[in-house]
Amino acid sequence: MDPIAKYISQKISKTRWRPISPALLQRPEVFATGSWDNESNRVSIWSVGDHGVSNTDSEFDEEPQLLCDSQHDGDVMDLQFLDQDRLVSASSSGAVTIFKLQPDCQSLSLAHVWERAHWYSCDNAPCTAVVCRSPEVVSVGEDGRVILYKADQTEVVRVIENADSSTIHAVTFLRTTEVLTVNSIGQLKMWDFRQQSDSPAQILSLTGGRVPLHCVDKHPNQQHIVATGGQDGMLYIWDVRQGNTPFSLIEAHSAEMWEVHFHPSNPNHLFTCSEDGSLLHWETTSGSDMSTLLQRGWNSRVVSHSAVPLAGEDDSVVSAWLAGDSSKNRLEATHMLPNQTLSVNSLDVLEQCLVCGTDGEAVYVHRQVPV
Amino acid sequence: MEEVDVEPSPMVIADLNSFIYRHLGFEWGPGDLLVYETNYKLQGPRTAGSPLVHVVRKDEDICSPILLLVPDSNYRSVIRACMEELQHNVSILLAIELIWNLCEVLFIDAAPAGSLLLHLLDWVRLHKSDVDARAREVLQSESPAQHQSYWDVVRRTLILQGRMDEARQVLSKQASLRAESSSVFKRMDVLLQTMPIFNPTGTQTLTEFDVKWRHWHEECDRCLQDNTFASNRHLETIVKILVGDEDTILEQKELLSTWYHFLVTRLLFTHPTIKPPDLHYYAQSSMNMFLGPRAPPEPLDIILLSAFEFDLHQVIKDCSIALNNWWFVAHLTDLLDHCKLLQSHNLHFGSNLREFLVLEYASGLFTHHSLWQLAVDYFDHCPEFGRVYLELQIERIPLDTERKAIKVLRICEDRQMSEQVRSICKIMAKRALRNNRLGSALSWSIRAKDAAFATLISERFLQDYCNKGSFTDLDLLDNLGPAMLLSDRLTFLGKYREFHRLYGENRFSEAAKLLLSLMTAKIAPRGLWMTLLTDALPLLEQKEVIFSVDQTYELMSCLEELNSGTKDSNTTDQEEDIESTKTELLRLALARNLAMAIVKEGTIET
Repeated sequence: MDPIAKYISQKISKTRWRPISPALLQRPEVFATGSWDNESNRVSIWSVGDHGVSNTDSEFDEEPQLLCDSQHDGDVMDLQFLDQDRLVSASSSGAVTIFKLQPDCQSLSLAHVWERAHWYSCDNAPCTAVVCRSPEVVSVGEDGRVILYKADQTEVVRVIENADSSTIHAVTFLRTTEVLTVNSIGQLKMWDFRQQSDSPAQILSLTGGRVPLHCVDKHPNQQHIVATGGQDGMLYIWDVRQGNTPFSLIEAHSAEMWEVHFHPSNPNHLFTCSEDGSLLHWETTSGSDMSTLLQRGWNSRVVSHSAVPLAGEDDSVVSAWLAGDSSKNRLEATHMLPNQTLSVNSLDVLEQCLVCGTDGEAVYVHRQVPV
Repeated sequence: MEEVDVEPSPMVIADLNSFIYRHLGFEWGPGDLLVYETNYKLQGPRTAGSPLVHVVRKDEDICSPILLLVPDSNYRSVIRACMEELQHNVSILLAIELIWNLCEVLFIDAAPAGSLLLHLLDWVRLHKSDVDARAREVLQSESPAQHQSYWDVVRRTLILQGRMDEARQVLSKQASLRAESSSVFKRMDVLLQTMPIFNPTGTQTLTEFDVKWRHWHEECDRCLQDNTFASNRHLETIVKILVGDEDTILEQKELLSTWYHFLVTRLLFTHPTIKPPDLHYYAQSSMNMFLGPRAPPEPLDIILLSAFEFDLHQVIKDCSIALNNWWFVAHLTDLLDHCKLLQSHNLHFGSNLREFLVLEYASGLFTHHSLWQLAVDYFDHCPEFGRVYLELQIERIPLDTERKAIKVLRICEDRQMSEQVRSICKIMAKRALRNNRLGSALSWSIRAKDAAFATLISERFLQDYCNKGSFTDLDLLDNLGPAMLLSDRLTFLGKYREFHRLYGENRFSEAAKLLLSLMTAKIAPRGLWMTLLTDALPLLEQKEVIFSVDQTYELMSCLEELNSGTKDSNTTDQEEDIESTKTELLRLALARNLAMAIVKEGTIET
């Protein structure tokens, strides 16, 4: 089934699903988009719910409908939902903003702004990424600072000055008090907020190459497994507990990889999107059905896959991403967009729904992702 | 691409249900078709138009449309602007559409005699759409025949546009009303029904059609002479029109509203087999008759006239002057060029007309804050100068964020524009340096493989070290990797930092070896030798002998080499004193070390 495209006449930098309340078993229906490169940028909320009567025979081909939007100062560099009603954005002006969404999704308003959270003395320092774990928010920027906020406090909680001498491109929470950042000289740095010092708890980097890394995501169940992507379009899977080399290097894209996401409930699936205009859905399968694998064939090239099984792994459930025996595990990739577009800047996946945005001013929504 | 001389098969464009109440406007582009909503509404609520221009790209092999979207900033401003601006821009768009379609009919489809008129009729119908609204209004009223615009509708719409069947339908309402004149109406009905329409796909030849048409024409004339319709002045007018009486047709000026409508109607009822070369004669005379002697022709009229005269270059020229918008001209020319209809009109600076116009249009796009990515595509399609233009323009895109710079760089790298890559990276590196982001600056220099800048950054680091006594940004220096080899100074920096690290880890002999190699391999800049030698002091002062005899001799020679150099005349006495004290200390330490080393190496371990 092909995704539905909607042209919204602004280049899209970020798309995010609104979280669904776990109590109600709903399909994700509402998503947010942020624009960039316009004279006035906007954060918009869209809905792909079933409008009116849904015909079980026909495809759900409703286009996303705009519910509400708000003006945004500067490019939207990152967007994250703090909870059901609040949205945090990172701006190219260096500001971090919290937007409040009315329960009926009829309006989006500014709740709080940390102006110039990231700054240079004589210039604007874009805030490049933001990550939330309610009520805490962490932002990183081109000025090399890592900043911790609490959503309800107006003052910033903590600033790690000079966390990095190069630009930090992305950040993710590893544990409640630990974050992992990636920068433009190819390093992953772990920061522990419980520690007083301003130096990273751990630094990992790719020896032999200093490829700028643009995105990072943590495995939802196993916190030591992290996926990153960077300028060369390769997908790296790391085990942060050990070593300086990534566990797997996979040739994924022919240009910068902008986002990588593990599927939140089914982590054997991974999604990546890139400047080359493609969105790939990666699936690892452990052993079993060889016939289906042979039918579907190889779609990717696994460059290296460590053959050494992990030491100290005592649980019988070994993650498919790190399992040593490559003959038992396969990695497949499928293109999710029907044809090549301009750069796919962002993607988000929740349950069976995928949304992504491109520089071709189009949003694609896929509501039956095979996970 | 050969000239298209068959009717293209209709393509269904999906997903355009919002177009139900609006006319579909379309424009040809280079290989694409731009489809947009015009503000022409047939009926229905006045909803805001969607500010979209759809691009339908014809796939070469399969001819199935693939929908992309290209937003046109001009069109966007139309929707959002205030009323006056809205009116103004819409009229330009309508004019553009009119010219486009005419060019399509005349040049692209290149319809021969017979179908030419049919196409012109279609063209006129497309641009006079309010007719349908009126017709519907009349038909849906309670008593259509009594409706005040009834005869207007019959005449204007239907007859003047050659839509005979619909005219008959409307007329039948009148006929049912008046029983006594029903025979007259029946007569009219027959006349209208029997009007021959040329069928291009049929087996009838043009000559046969002509014969048939003449017969019909004579029949109409006979009715006129017989005063068959004298009882009803409306019907009388209609039959006069059918006969092709120019004065009568001219009387319908209000309903026709434009001279080209008059032209087409006139041709419909006098020369339906008009041949393309003869068109311009009728066009000129129609215009004169319609507009009258005193009214000067508008720019639009001139353009249309040039089109009727099949003077392509004149059309393009006039369009360029009249419309302040390169989009139309660029796309039209490109399309005509693809159809090989445009002989390359070589301009003085070498590129042909089509390329020139596309370049102009794309350059205009480049200045737009977000459409520059599109412009790149256009430049790619200009074989001669596209690359040069792109090279010049791409460096001028304002780069507010690193992410945008990365995208621009990707465009350059894909096209092997290494000069531009270097220049953009240098801009980013300089900006980073100004903001004291040494790591970023180095990262950009490495990407550009810019050795000179890398040297500059290393100097900066070393300066910081000399001033503060310690290194900043250790995370960067410790992880330089192979990038270290980009520049000598950078290599030195990396190795020097490594020396400090080794020292910190108490790996003295390795540190010593490294330090020495830095000087002997001449990686270290001369100015820093003193610093390096001073760094060697603690190693010399250790209880254990670290430097071997040979190494000590080398250090000594380095020291002497340093001192044999010409003294800098700018140094003050105080500085000279410090220098000489340092040298003394070093000499002493080296001598002591040498003594111990000789002893150590000379001793046989028992």
